Amino acid sequence: MTDLTNLGVKDIRDGVAGGEFTAREVAEAFNAAVAEAAALNAFIVTTPDHALAAADATDAKRAKGEDLGKMGGVPIGMKDLFATKGVQTTAASHILEGFKPEYESTVSQNLWDAGAGMLGKLNLDQFAMGSSNETSYFGNVTSPWRRSGGANTDMSPGGSSGGSSAAVAARIAPAATGTDTGGSIRQPAAFTGICGIKPTYGRCSRWGVVAFASSLDQAGPMARTVEDCAIMLEAMAGFDPKDATSLKMDVPAWEAGLSADLKGKKIGIPREYRMDGTDEEILKSWEQGKEWLRDAGAEIVDVSLPHTKYALPAYYIVAPAEASSNLARYDGVRYGLRDLPDGAGLQDMYAATRAAGFGDEVKRRILIGTYVLSAGFYDAYYTQAQKVRTLVSRDFAQAFGQCDAILAPTTPTASFPLGENQDDPLAMYLNDVFAVPASLAGLPAMSVPATVNSDGLPLGLQIVGKPFDEQGVLNAGLAIQSRANFTAKPEKWW
Amino acid sequence: MVSTYRIQGATGEWEVVIGLEVHAQVVSKSKLFSGAATAFGAEPNTQVSLVDAAMPGMLPVPNKECIRQAVRTGMAIEAQINKYSRFDRKNYFYADLPQGYQISQLYHPLVGEGSLTIDADEKAGIAEDKVIGIERIHIEQDAGKLMHDQHPTMSYVDLNRSGVALMEIVSKPDMRSPAEAGAYVRKLRSILRYVGSCDGNMEEGSMRADVNVSVRKPGEEFGTRTETKNVNSVRFVMQVIEYEANRQVDVIENGGTVDQETRLFDPGTGTTRTMRSKEDAHDYRYFPDPDLLPLELEDDFLEECRASLPELPDAKRQRYENELGLTPYNARELTAEVETFGRFETLLGVAAAKIGKSESAVATQVANWALSVAPGVMKSLGDEADASNATAEAQASILAMQDKGEISGGQAKEIYELVLKTGRDPEEIADTEGLKQVSDTGAIEAAIDDIIANNADKVAEYRGGKDKLFGFFVGQTMKAMQGKANPAVVNQILKDKLG
Repeated sequence: MTDLTNLGVKDIRDGVAGGEFTAREVAEAFNAAVAEAAALNAFIVTTPDHALAAADATDAKRAKGEDLGKMGGVPIGMKDLFATKGVQTTAASHILEGFKPEYESTVSQNLWDAGAGMLGKLNLDQFAMGSSNETSYFGNVTSPWRRSGGANTDMSPGGSSGGSSAAVAARIAPAATGTDTGGSIRQPAAFTGICGIKPTYGRCSRWGVVAFASSLDQAGPMARTVEDCAIMLEAMAGFDPKDATSLKMDVPAWEAGLSADLKGKKIGIPREYRMDGTDEEILKSWEQGKEWLRDAGAEIVDVSLPHTKYALPAYYIVAPAEASSNLARYDGVRYGLRDLPDGAGLQDMYAATRAAGFGDEVKRRILIGTYVLSAGFYDAYYTQAQKVRTLVSRDFAQAFGQCDAILAPTTPTASFPLGENQDDPLAMYLNDVFAVPASLAGLPAMSVPATVNSDGLPLGLQIVGKPFDEQGVLNAGLAIQSRANFTAKPEKWW
Repeated sequence: MVSTYRIQGATGEWEVVIGLEVHAQVVSKSKLFSGAATAFGAEPNTQVSLVDAAMPGMLPVPNKECIRQAVRTGMAIEAQINKYSRFDRKNYFYADLPQGYQISQLYHPLVGEGSLTIDADEKAGIAEDKVIGIERIHIEQDAGKLMHDQHPTMSYVDLNRSGVALMEIVSKPDMRSPAEAGAYVRKLRSILRYVGSCDGNMEEGSMRADVNVSVRKPGEEFGTRTETKNVNSVRFVMQVIEYEANRQVDVIENGGTVDQETRLFDPGTGTTRTMRSKEDAHDYRYFPDPDLLPLELEDDFLEECRASLPELPDAKRQRYENELGLTPYNARELTAEVETFGRFETLLGVAAAKIGKSESAVATQVANWALSVAPGVMKSLGDEADASNATAEAQASILAMQDKGEISGGQAKEIYELVLKTGRDPEEIADTEGLKQVSDTGAIEAAIDDIIANNADKVAEYRGGKDKLFGFFVGQTMKAMQGKANPAVVNQILKDKLG
């Protein structure tokens, strides 16, 4: 039965529907795998009963001949940024430790409605702020991947969806939810040799997702194949009247529309993404990616995204600005941690609670955000950053006049050892340099595994699509997937 | 017209400059960004949604009805309606503010410039009608309420009001006296209540004002202003202005300068005190709310808003004067409040039908009744009156009897007293209580013949040119008829007989 944990979303769904195995068998296998993998620290809490109950419901439906749903019988990991009714939801923070919502996020509810079950709540960077999963109050997530050559150094699974990437790569979950504000799905997917797609801003409801930066946050699936991402994204997405920024559009049949044939398509290669400091092996994989897409029938064209170099600084103004306001609600008054020193007044309580409840990276970003919104600095920082954001979006719009999708590396480097960049926030922020522009423009973007580097660590390629063209992104991803033959997987050491 | 209101200082006269920011709670079933109810007086924390409590991951969704009410209000003050507006976050920490920010509109308000006219009021020193400019109206969330009297060391928080929609109506600094400010608030309140966008209930906090006051020597530049927060009655608004203007004059005349600061009003002492100075002023870090898209209004929606507006106070008053022929005073009194004109228009319709004349033909009679006679009777009865007996039907019956000359003015009051006390039918009262005038010419003629016979000397004097004696004959006749004779009939017969 342990073979079941090697299966992905599509195989499990089809296997359960076809009677090859029961949903309960699948859930039990993954529950066991999760229980064995405590060393990865991928989960903050596990919910084996939730997975079993959903599996039993699927099996019962099958017995009655009912529709099993898009995700029928598939147990998944849920990033602990999604509110789950009655199940602790922390955003990996101390300030929300023990918080059990009375409500279910729209995205997680959509998944349960589609027949999925929950293996547990996945670890992440605290409030989704981080690129290495080292800012969680509940400890680092360790990547299942290790460098070849016998070194046992613990590697980063990327962030902020590091629990998600580690769990999927380690095959303790066939798929997981992620959220992406400035690369938090794509970068960890690239670091761990899996797929992850951030859809167009507004495709997935943000209702019930702990907010980091509202104008950028988007949920998306993380899984080991492009097909699995398409299936799961279909289950997650959809208009939600409870989110005023939700797209009022039907969800396309992405899975049915999958095609690796790119004849007639043009793929743009942005010259500005050739940056100093980018790993040679990454550049090589990018070249390889072009060849694969050309082989799939696409025409490769050069495009320019001239404001790329301003995107990261603009992102690190806009995102912290929004975060500084979004995180103001964690004040010790109504829920979560309250630190009330003896004789303390309201201001003292705020200070004590927030000092104890937030980690350093969260505090850093609240301070940056507060600063850039302050009187006298607002125009120089926030207004300027918004202008950059508009220019970055315009760059993409112009590029998409010449191509259908853009191919770029997902990250400038492969995964790095835990602890390596911890004292240098700027080096850490640079990890998202290729991911952030698509976030600022609200575009669909995906990372698919391309190859492994000389250390045996995965490298990802990123496809950025036109607004609402997840299908084009998925299809280009599929073309890469079918040529990359990425079969590498981490050796089990946990 | 320059206002003549002045503060007499040691160095001469000072002019007061006043601007008001009125916060008006929008009438709507649910809150600005959540589905929670808004009824006043509910048990604490029973009207709180997950959004109002700012639970993690909750998002605001604008309530169309609140937008509609603010747009209608803007139209009622003939303001620019901005088809594009946007919500901004005003960030600050307080226990009654769950999100840690208030969603408001700083940069792009829903409603732009408009105005309202305050009416001339000689007694209040407002010599003629005056137009007061309105800078803008924006919509925003209300905060919750802290209760400090529930526990010896802790404060309690009630979030029922958290997220309720407010309109902030910002005037220009166009007012120059406490009376003008009072008239502005009353007129604004009247318009809001006509429109139905705010119930105007200042005691329940549905309307409150931030009062901006500065002083200057007439003709000079504006002085430094102070802002007194959350003043919740017209009288207090006027008190704040009096106090602040005098305080500022004292400060300046004693060689000091007025600090630009936020102040609090103490209704107990009628004074204001510093709440926070400019140095302590919050940096609210306003920025566009990324949870909300800009608000873009469509023409259909605007047309619907405009079509739904009722006749407004100024138009109604003019119609009362021009079409109903009412005096300016009566027209103003009747149109000041929604309830007053509502009752008047109902009574006018019923009375005109009963009397069988046009509304304009009976309007003056009905207006006098509604404004002076009926309230007088009601007031004199005190607790004995049952207001539910004051139906338009009953009042119209009395007016009709009076119009036909069946009852006198005095009898009308007596009948109405009984109506209010007992709810009996006015015509039945007039019959059974003997409260009808005698118009029977035979009885009256007989009485008059007696009086003429018994007062030959007076008759001779009258006929000799002493016209004033006519009143004597009327008095004698009425006395003889025990006050129940129809005066018009008495007059006519007397004139005929006396020649």
